[in-house]
Amino acid sequence: MIKGMRGLSFKEDLIFEKSREGAKGYSLPKLDVPKADPAKTIDKKFLREGKIGLPEVSEVDVIRHFTKISLWNYAVDYGLYPLGSCTMKYNPKINEITSSLPGFADAHPYQPYSISQGALELMYNLEKALMEITGFSRVSLHPAAGAHGELVGMMLIRRYLEDQGNPRKKVLIPDSAHGTNPASAAICGYEAVELKSNSEGMLSLSDLEAALDKDVAALMLTNPNTLGVFEKNIKKICEMVHKVGGQVYMDGANMNALMGIMKPGKSGVDVLHLNLHKTFSTPHGGGGPGSGPVAVAKHLAPYIPKPVIEKNDKGEFYLDYNPEKSIGRVRSFNSNFAILVRAYTYILSCGSDGLKESTEHAVANANYIRKKLSKYYDLPYETSTLHEIIFSDKIQEKFGVTTKDIAKRLLDLGYHPPTIYFPLIVHGALMIEPTESESKQELDGFIEAMIQIAQEAEKEPEKCTEAPHNTVVGRLDEVTAARTPILKWEPEKE
Amino acid sequence: MYPANYLFTDEHEWLDVDGLEGVCGITDFAAEQLGDIVFVELPEPGDTFSKGETFGTIESVKAVSDLYMPVDGEILAINEDLENSPELVNSSPHEDGWMIKIAIKDESQLEELMNSKTYEKFVEDQKE
Repeated sequence: MIKGMRGLSFKEDLIFEKSREGAKGYSLPKLDVPKADPAKTIDKKFLREGKIGLPEVSEVDVIRHFTKISLWNYAVDYGLYPLGSCTMKYNPKINEITSSLPGFADAHPYQPYSISQGALELMYNLEKALMEITGFSRVSLHPAAGAHGELVGMMLIRRYLEDQGNPRKKVLIPDSAHGTNPASAAICGYEAVELKSNSEGMLSLSDLEAALDKDVAALMLTNPNTLGVFEKNIKKICEMVHKVGGQVYMDGANMNALMGIMKPGKSGVDVLHLNLHKTFSTPHGGGGPGSGPVAVAKHLAPYIPKPVIEKNDKGEFYLDYNPEKSIGRVRSFNSNFAILVRAYTYILSCGSDGLKESTEHAVANANYIRKKLSKYYDLPYETSTLHEIIFSDKIQEKFGVTTKDIAKRLLDLGYHPPTIYFPLIVHGALMIEPTESESKQELDGFIEAMIQIAQEAEKEPEKCTEAPHNTVVGRLDEVTAARTPILKWEPEKE
Repeated sequence: MYPANYLFTDEHEWLDVDGLEGVCGITDFAAEQLGDIVFVELPEPGDTFSKGETFGTIESVKAVSDLYMPVDGEILAINEDLENSPELVNSSPHEDGWMIKIAIKDESQLEELMNSKTYEKFVEDQKE
């Protein structure tokens, strides 16, 4: 449990408000060439009228400003960050050491092969490692993020079906899927059709059967789904979709619940995307960029984005820019390379036993929280769950305390709140994913905080409904911010 | 609590029928579940939709949801006030917060909708 309740958090003005006329963070030598008049050298239509409006501040002003506001932040280097579905793993510092090695950090994609062998070999080996982990025939490292991986996966399916003579029209998506799936399908020109989950939080086979026809291009299945439930009928589901000529896309954002245990490529899935920034410990959110490799079964391998990495007879690595059936380029250059170095470092640091163990820890941690909190919070689905747990605010709502209040109160107690109000199929959802990074002590602290909130909700609800009390700012006026946002600072009119 | 002459869908839209025209919005229950509405996206008059198709989206501080067509039909008019005052959906969900006016294509579909009593019971069941 956290000891203190207040840190060094002070109010800080906007940097524009700190502006002092004449302050600057640079000094230039005396001008030793004739001064040019912009009005004579630059076309009038390009000339700015009026002030530039940038703040006038010194270097130390800028450093102190951003350091102060950074103290208001919460990060995975600060404490438990249990955002469900986001997998906020700790980012091991060895990843930073390897990715800053000059041979990687200073590499340029236009370098000749002769001095790029190390970087190419890393990408080649990472592809092989991800093939082994997922059980697929080929992996493309290009996609720059999870949703980009989804889109590339759906483009591969579309191109494959076109080659079969008919791209088809519909993509089936369970209501327990990741929220980005329907968008990826729609961008690929498909109509997204929602399938409802059954009472166990799984895809209903009879509903699937009813929805399957010759217009179905694919099923997009998140497994384990956003309820944390493993779709145990995965093999049967794949068989059913294949029977009508459709493809199965698996959203692998929750692969951290399966890594080292289950290989989707061996269960009939045709395409899978991975989030290196979730399962493979690379930075996440604002600390990214992300990386969303796509793993494919043999029949889709010829279509993966170009260039593809190959090894010649002499053991040298090169990029093939002209694979005949490739869907083409999906981004500039060759993936978010520095992120690949971090993910490969994680894989090698853990080793195959370590990866399996980290999955076991992730599942054990989530189930420890589930067991400890199920007396205090409503569990909408009884089905056993893997790496994340979904509670609802049903018990606390009776006392006027909702999910939002619980999340705000957690801030006071020193923890980042879990994902809230998602998945949408659970009313007032609290979606908790601890990941494997947390020790029992850390989990116990979080559990204690959640129990305290459950007790407060009953006895002193205002402690929750008025929270947060200890943060620099309290409740934000989200409604006004959304309805009439002020997006730009304006100086006060004189 | 729910207007006695309105019809309802299980996606919480209401339909106020007048001959072959109907006015549609979302119910007080749906508006309360969504919380403070900040944006409503509506179709263009002249667009046609089938029953169950998404005719627009509604965004609250909590979530974004689809709006579903209660019956097959053509959009005759939309509530333009919602562009600048989406809060009307919260303050007056069954009247000033109306969303679209529909030319009903197939009157027989009205029989598939719930009356206010059935809907009230449906909402009670959902709460449990």
